[in-house]
Amino acid sequence: MLKGVTIGQYVPGESPVHNLDPRTKLLVSLVLVVTIFMIQKLPGFLPVAALVLFSALLSRIPLRLIFRGLKPIFWLLLITWLLHAFTDPGRVLYALGPLKVTYEGVVEGFTVVVRLALLMFGTTLVTLTTSPVALTDGLEYLLGPLKRFGLPVGELAMMMTIALRFIPTLLDETERIMKAQMARGADFTTGSITRRVRAMVPLLVPLFISSFQRADELAIAMEARAYRGGEGRTRLHELCMRPSDWVVLVLGSGIFIWLGIVF
Amino acid sequence: MAMQIIKIQDLVFTYENTSQAGEALRGVSLSIKQGEFVGLAGQTGSGKSTLVQLIAGLLPAPKGTICVAGLDPSQKEDFRALRRKVGMVFQYPEHQLFDETVLSDVSFGPRNLELSNPEKRAQRALMLVGLDPAIGERSPFALSGGQRRRVAIAGVLAMEPEILILDEPTAGLDPEGRNILLSVVERLHREGRTIILISHRMQELAPRVSRMVVLNEGQVLLDGTPEQVFSQQEKLGEASLAPPPVTALLQQLRAKGWPVRGDLFTVPQASEEIISAWRQRC
Repeated sequence: MLKGVTIGQYVPGESPVHNLDPRTKLLVSLVLVVTIFMIQKLPGFLPVAALVLFSALLSRIPLRLIFRGLKPIFWLLLITWLLHAFTDPGRVLYALGPLKVTYEGVVEGFTVVVRLALLMFGTTLVTLTTSPVALTDGLEYLLGPLKRFGLPVGELAMMMTIALRFIPTLLDETERIMKAQMARGADFTTGSITRRVRAMVPLLVPLFISSFQRADELAIAMEARAYRGGEGRTRLHELCMRPSDWVVLVLGSGIFIWLGIVF
Repeated sequence: MAMQIIKIQDLVFTYENTSQAGEALRGVSLSIKQGEFVGLAGQTGSGKSTLVQLIAGLLPAPKGTICVAGLDPSQKEDFRALRRKVGMVFQYPEHQLFDETVLSDVSFGPRNLELSNPEKRAQRALMLVGLDPAIGERSPFALSGGQRRRVAIAGVLAMEPEILILDEPTAGLDPEGRNILLSVVERLHREGRTIILISHRMQELAPRVSRMVVLNEGQVLLDGTPEQVFSQQEKLGEASLAPPPVTALLQQLRAKGWPVRGDLFTVPQASEEIISAWRQRC
């Protein structure tokens, strides 16, 4: 019932991509995002796509798994492309009454679609090859300097870790309550929109209640183990930048920045 | 002979998003007669929950055939009709409560099925589980744990199902709550319903059920009267199960040559048996 949610679904494995430090992966993907928005000409995406695809192959993660991450934005991509194709001014390729498809629109639409798809592909690759805990550790480190401005970085990272940890638990719980209500004749899948929204109440109320209960219990369990905020906490697994990380970081961001400037 | 209300033949089921490797059910065949009280036992992962959810039509179509009260639970068209045949009480059913008052929560099922007089049915169901119908005006979240659970079970009973499946209904209750709940289940059985009760506590099942089914690794390991099933200690051990503690005591005494029966399941019966055997000895 609740399958195909790829975001935050780490696929454990042994590969050069898996073994990179999360900070390297985060920084390179950040540069990738900037590059993708700097590139204006369509051919410029080719080397970027090639590099992203190369790292995907290196990670040995089945490509269909990464493409599954693109599924939720498929309709968004299609509509974006159609809107561009039909509304951008330029040379008319085909006219259907008042609707005109322009050459510029098709190209511009395609650029935006490639941009979004690459963005999703790249970030999905990072989340698929990095465990959520490593990801938050990396983020905590990278956001560290913001502590000086009063941002509670440690607490934020803890919140993220906990949120990620409870996603599968909540999905299980949702499925269980859904089944229990279905056994009482509830119908989540048919009827008008308003009917379906109202059908969610018997699902959401129990889910909220158990989430709050679980949060209370977790807070007590954490305090019982003397958790009192992030200040001065040490960690079991220290992050460690190896030479390969520096190479990937410097080379990767270098190439992406260069591509962004050239195209 | 009573009608076979559940007929299951060579049932095989595999979960799709398999974090659990392999088949959850590997060829289960089972027939249950109308009015039977079946105790279902087995380790975690033995397929108990999968089996009962298939009977209740809450999982996608399995391989093999399954027929419940003349309906096919794997058929979407039969889903609504099936709801009046099979009532399913999940583990910790109180987690499904959502409405503002007990009465409207209990009448949720009848309203969904568009039955007549949903509130009357809800009040009847509340009485059936031994609650004062006056409780209907209160919020389900203001009740005690044991009361909440009985309200949740009333929510299933309000649809008046012929077959009632309970998945570990006593888990997490105190002894008093357990006894109240089990006597409710016994009464429902006396009134003619077919009951399937899942439990890890053999002392709850043995004295009450008319038939015990033990699952192990997706297959039926033992099937018979409690007397038959609990005398097969070796096979029970395969499923990491043991007879109720008093029965185990009697069996050990027998092994030491005491003239006692090994198929009694309640403390009063067993103590009487031991006392009379003791008197004979002296």
